[in-house]
Amino acid sequence: MSTPPPLSSTGFLRWAWRQLTSMKTALVLLFLLALASVPGSVLPQRGIDPIKVREWIADAPTWGPILDRFGFFDVYSSPWFSAVYLLLFLSLVGCVIPRVGVHYRAMRSTPPPAPRFLDRFAGTRELPLQGTPAEALDAARTALRSAHWRVVSGPVDQPTWVSAERGYLRETGNLVFHVSLLLVLVSIAFGGLFGWKGNVIVRQGASFSNTLTQYDAWGGGRFASAQSLPPFSFTLDEFTVDFERGVAQRGAPRAFEADVTYRASPEAPAQRAVIAVNEPLAVDGAKVFLVGHGYAPVVRITDRQGTVVFDDAVPFLPQDGNFTSTGVVKVPDASPQIGLQALFLPTAALDQTLGPHSTFPAPDDPALFMSAWKGDLGLDAGEPQSVYRLVTDKMTKIGLGQLRPGQTWTLPDGSGTVTLAGYTRWASFQIAQDPGKEIALLAVAIAIMGLTLSLFIRRRRVWVKITDRDGVTVVQLAGILRTSTVDDEDIGALADDLDLLERSLAAAGVVPEPASPEEES
Amino acid sequence: MSPESLARMSNVAIYSSMLTLTLAMFAFAASFAGQRRRPAAAPAVEAAAREGGAAVLTRAPVATDEVPGRRAANIGMALSWLSFFLLLAGVVLRGIWAGRAPWGNMYEFSITAALGILGVFLFTNLKVDLRWLGLFVVIPVLLTLGVAVTILYTEAAQLVPALKSYWLVIHVLAAIVCAGAFTMAAATAGLSLVRDRAERKAGKGGTVTGVVASRMPDAERLRSLTNRILAFAFPLWTFTVVAGAIWAENAWGRYWGWDPKETWAFITWVVYAAYLHARSTAGWRGNRASWIALAGWAAFLMNYFGVNFLASSLHSYAGIS
Repeated sequence: MSTPPPLSSTGFLRWAWRQLTSMKTALVLLFLLALASVPGSVLPQRGIDPIKVREWIADAPTWGPILDRFGFFDVYSSPWFSAVYLLLFLSLVGCVIPRVGVHYRAMRSTPPPAPRFLDRFAGTRELPLQGTPAEALDAARTALRSAHWRVVSGPVDQPTWVSAERGYLRETGNLVFHVSLLLVLVSIAFGGLFGWKGNVIVRQGASFSNTLTQYDAWGGGRFASAQSLPPFSFTLDEFTVDFERGVAQRGAPRAFEADVTYRASPEAPAQRAVIAVNEPLAVDGAKVFLVGHGYAPVVRITDRQGTVVFDDAVPFLPQDGNFTSTGVVKVPDASPQIGLQALFLPTAALDQTLGPHSTFPAPDDPALFMSAWKGDLGLDAGEPQSVYRLVTDKMTKIGLGQLRPGQTWTLPDGSGTVTLAGYTRWASFQIAQDPGKEIALLAVAIAIMGLTLSLFIRRRRVWVKITDRDGVTVVQLAGILRTSTVDDEDIGALADDLDLLERSLAAAGVVPEPASPEEES
Repeated sequence: MSPESLARMSNVAIYSSMLTLTLAMFAFAASFAGQRRRPAAAPAVEAAAREGGAAVLTRAPVATDEVPGRRAANIGMALSWLSFFLLLAGVVLRGIWAGRAPWGNMYEFSITAALGILGVFLFTNLKVDLRWLGLFVVIPVLLTLGVAVTILYTEAAQLVPALKSYWLVIHVLAAIVCAGAFTMAAATAGLSLVRDRAERKAGKGGTVTGVVASRMPDAERLRSLTNRILAFAFPLWTFTVVAGAIWAENAWGRYWGWDPKETWAFITWVVYAAYLHARSTAGWRGNRASWIALAGWAAFLMNYFGVNFLASSLHSYAGIS
């Protein structure tokens, strides 16, 4: 960044490209990436918890909308976050691609000739020559070749030096690592474009078939087609759940699993399987994950005449760790229409401050607390309504009631009865297909291998040279490390290379036996 | 053996380990008080770092001569080994008591992380003389254990279903070794900053002064040690994050979801990636790289403690309320 940008347009572009692909820019972009990731871990994110985002914005009327405007509740898909990582990858491409060419040529070419004088290299060794120069150089070539060095000697007419290099895999690993990162990004994008996922709540005993209309929520990438979902189906035969009853972590879930019967396609034979956390069901390219569970009280409602107008298990949504669950029952067939806003408590308790709440997630003492309404449910207005919310604008409250299983509550205005017939469980499943994840995993595995090579392999050069020292012919050994940073260990490793080379030459009889390490001072 | 006595033995082992570790800390501190200035470390590295080209081709001389304070440091090392084995016993007994890998809540993570830090230090010391680093490793280990037994302690219980997976063993084991390596690298990076300051104050050829700085190896040697530790830890951390992603895919149906724990693991990864880039960028490989190494450790700590307490996360398994 020392020179100012040139004014001509091509010159400026070239300058800008050089700046973008410089190591300093990469460093700055890495810092920016780390920094840009932080807000998403502090502020609630729409992709994870949209309800919390709504609450947060409602609680902060000044800052909420401003932060929202700048994408702080969708950090990881916001333009500024995308800009940082795309620039980083652009800088990576600009830095790595030219180096691929350079490295390819370096790997195919021979090492450069030995320098004219080896004296200036620290640690140069001089050993008296025994035998002819040709024998010494031959011995050096053989020893280095068998140790997998790339070797060249010269001059052609009368060789006086051998130059050898190894550790090319360092740069190979480095390049493979960075290219694999690109592949990871591509496979994430691929999975995003072609993958899909959906969520569905299935009551015990009920069935699910994989079509769009059956999902409570479904989202797919740009190229994911809802028409081509794999045609599997399953029935939730039984859902078992177990909670900690000991003092430590009381109420924490200990096991939950779903016994299902599934068919890979309508014609396929029925198969039984268990879906549990960490044990998804893989079927026809998609995976079925167990992600949650809850209670579905079985409610029976009769009207004024005693006719049963509603009789079904209604999934309630858990609100806390003890499964205090809320839900709504809508009876459009009654006249006037009836609606219940209710709390299902698996282990009921009532106190002054908390009101009705559950004290343990298992159904030790279940109860249903509710307020009953009558009037117009608003279902005919054509506006889509949540099944978990009762719109009470055109309704009047009849009264408050509570029921234990088997009990019946006669509505105070005589418009009917409500019976809690019992309860069942439901399980929620996430069903997803991500065609990019296998490639991503493969790319990451290659990346780690490349990374390891690039961090642990040392690229170094050694030379053997026959030269004249005060009228005596000597063999010179020297070497350098070709890495950007050098520490004691690297230096020691290069010294070891030279030790090995010296011993090989001594074994060939062209230099004297080196002193054994014990005798060294 | 009854579960209660296993639990008691695990706790006794961990408290004993803390006691011996405290003694080790005093021994290391005493070695600082008694030890005179170390013989100047080999100038080899300085020469080597100049151009990245020519390098001195001798192994750095190992200081073998007995200096005052060495004895105290040796006592510190012996006590550290004793603490290590006591802590190992504590962790293993905890695992037997719980009937699973002892990594089900923050208390168990912390005692194992302490074991990891101490282990990385002691085993590295078998290859490279790191006695001078003892005090700066023992202090964070003691702090970790202190927080574990006072704030984080929980009775052993079974795992929540999401943790019931062999990935718990793979993912957490790798994370714990990383915890050890990151902590050690933070110690050497911090010391390199202290030493570097003292060296600049002393000027070229001057005598380095200062209680800590005068007893440390050269700043350049500390920096290359930091680099070496992080070159080992970075691929392992990459593996840890990937193993976590595979596990997440299995348990929650997506391999990456920007959960706070995942986000901070990513931030930690990016900061250490920046460190490695800084080490090969002119003008950045000195003190700036050391500061980045410290920032990486801060991100790691944020991930380990901060996320579990501050953010609501799928990874909320602290097991304390």
